[in-house]
Amino acid sequence: MHPAFSVIFLTTLIGAGQGLFLALVTGQSYAAVGLVNVTNPNEFYTYGSIVAILFLIAGLGASFFHLGRPERAWRSAARWRTSWLSREVIVLPIFMSMVFAYGLLHYFNWDPNILGAEQPLQGQLSLFIGIIGAVVCFALFLSTGMIYACMKFLQEWYTPLTVINYTLLGSASGFMLATLHAAIYEPGLTSLYGVWATIITLVALLTRLASLYRNARIKYKSSMQSAIGVRHNNIDQKAMGMMGGSFNTREFFHGASPFWFRSIRWTFLIMTFPVPLAFLWAGLETGIQVFLLLAFISQYLGLIAERWFFFAQANHPQNIYYQAI
Amino acid sequence: MTQLALVIDLNVCVGCHACVTSCKQWNTSGPAGFMSDDNPYDKDPNGTFFNRVQSFEIGEFPKTEMVHFPKSCLHCEDPPCVPVCPTGASYKREEDGIVLVDYDKCIGCKYCSWACPYGARELDEHQKVMKKCTLCVDRIYDETLPEAERKPACVLACPTSARLFGDVHDPDSQVSTAIREEGGYALMPEWGTKPANHYLPRRKQHIKIHEDELIRADNPLKKEGVKPRTIIDEPTLDDITSW
Ligand code: SF4
Ligand code: SF4
Repeated sequence: MHPAFSVIFLTTLIGAGQGLFLALVTGQSYAAVGLVNVTNPNEFYTYGSIVAILFLIAGLGASFFHLGRPERAWRSAARWRTSWLSREVIVLPIFMSMVFAYGLLHYFNWDPNILGAEQPLQGQLSLFIGIIGAVVCFALFLSTGMIYACMKFLQEWYTPLTVINYTLLGSASGFMLATLHAAIYEPGLTSLYGVWATIITLVALLTRLASLYRNARIKYKSSMQSAIGVRHNNIDQKAMGMMGGSFNTREFFHGASPFWFRSIRWTFLIMTFPVPLAFLWAGLETGIQVFLLLAFISQYLGLIAERWFFFAQANHPQNIYYQAI
Repeated sequence: MTQLALVIDLNVCVGCHACVTSCKQWNTSGPAGFMSDDNPYDKDPNGTFFNRVQSFEIGEFPKTEMVHFPKSCLHCEDPPCVPVCPTGASYKREEDGIVLVDYDKCIGCKYCSWACPYGARELDEHQKVMKKCTLCVDRIYDETLPEAERKPACVLACPTSARLFGDVHDPDSQVSTAIREEGGYALMPEWGTKPANHYLPRRKQHIKIHEDELIRADNPLKKEGVKPRTIIDEPTLDDITSW
């Protein structure tokens, strides 16, 4: 497939925003049961929600560049019964409003204890909204991943690993960002987020390697023979039906040289996993915030390469029909 | 239920692209709007087509054969392109099984083109909506046309009659008979899309003559040659006997 930057930015940006929100809710849950102490909850959660929303808005904005007719985008919520794309279109704004509500509650410090004041759990309403938001957040990861994982003849994508990787990679970058956010507003939480960011990044490395391993061994179901229905081992395309290319030759081929293709794979493997972990370690050890910033930025750049590779690696069966001029 | 479809006879197709040009002519002039072209007479010509003819060389020289292969939307009976469409712009008609795109609803997200294993959909670079073969839905029901012309433009244009059009759910239709009797097959059956369009394979007519059919073992004259004729002036058995 031809990697479209609109979709690359959409998926990576909302992934980071979702991860950051999950991190905030994780932090609040820890604080609610007294495992950590958040000294400045108001600023920490409010600013965190604002950053998460900005990422989500940026991702949503990027997605519009993917559409031929963005002015009709509202129509895309119509087929939620059958289309994962439609489901994503519905879940994304719901999630954004959850994050917004979560931020607002914290900003106004409006946090009644809906279960009753004598409970040990404090800050119940925002925690509730946060937990519901986290569920919606996972639904959004699921929808985004399923857009790709549901297409059975794109065999590289047709695996639960697609959804798992979207979830883990998004969360990893979000927790990376949360580490930096905590270092600025709530230093007490920095190491908590740092540890989670490390764990999620390492698990994501495993699952991403698993999908690379799987995809390197795919047996393609379609062949030249099944595509035109001629049983002969020697089929040589002489004409594609056009000479100047078409939508079919532009949309479904990445067009990169094998060398470039391989380099992107190595780039993303290095930039998404070891480099940010090294920066993160340096940041946590020295307490220098720039390292944490670099950790997030390098991982985000790595994820852009990762997404590029994800698209480029998928081999569409229609490509069988387009092998010669 | 009706399922309209094309049956394309690869045994007959000569790869002349008449179906491609007549399709483009009919559909670019239709009520659904033009099918845009860029640099049509220049370097890197580019444009939207519903139908393209590809050519494949089968075999190894000198035993090769050219197969010309027209490809358009196959109007799958279980079309994977339809459920993925987020707007409902892509749909399959109940009444005749034609898969269509509503150009007024399509947002040009290209998701359906990813979901079609055959590459049958093309995004129009200027209208920015998804386009595909309509089986000339604006023509086949047009009562102002003479009955014989209520067929897709490509079918009418084909000089070798390689393209048949009809209802593949009606067992007695010309297309069903052709599929049944001439070995019609579907493309990429492995994906379970059940394409309505079928292709008829290359086929050769062989007649097998055995040795004993040339030299009859039971030849009463023990000799090949013209058989003795009956003598016409003599009465036949029928003339002299009666019962
Ligand atoms: S050939 Fe492609 S576009 Fe046509 S109905 Fe089948 S899947 Fe859909
Ligand atoms: S490009 Fe148009 S027809 Fe295709 S899935 Fe998107 S909205 Fe539906």
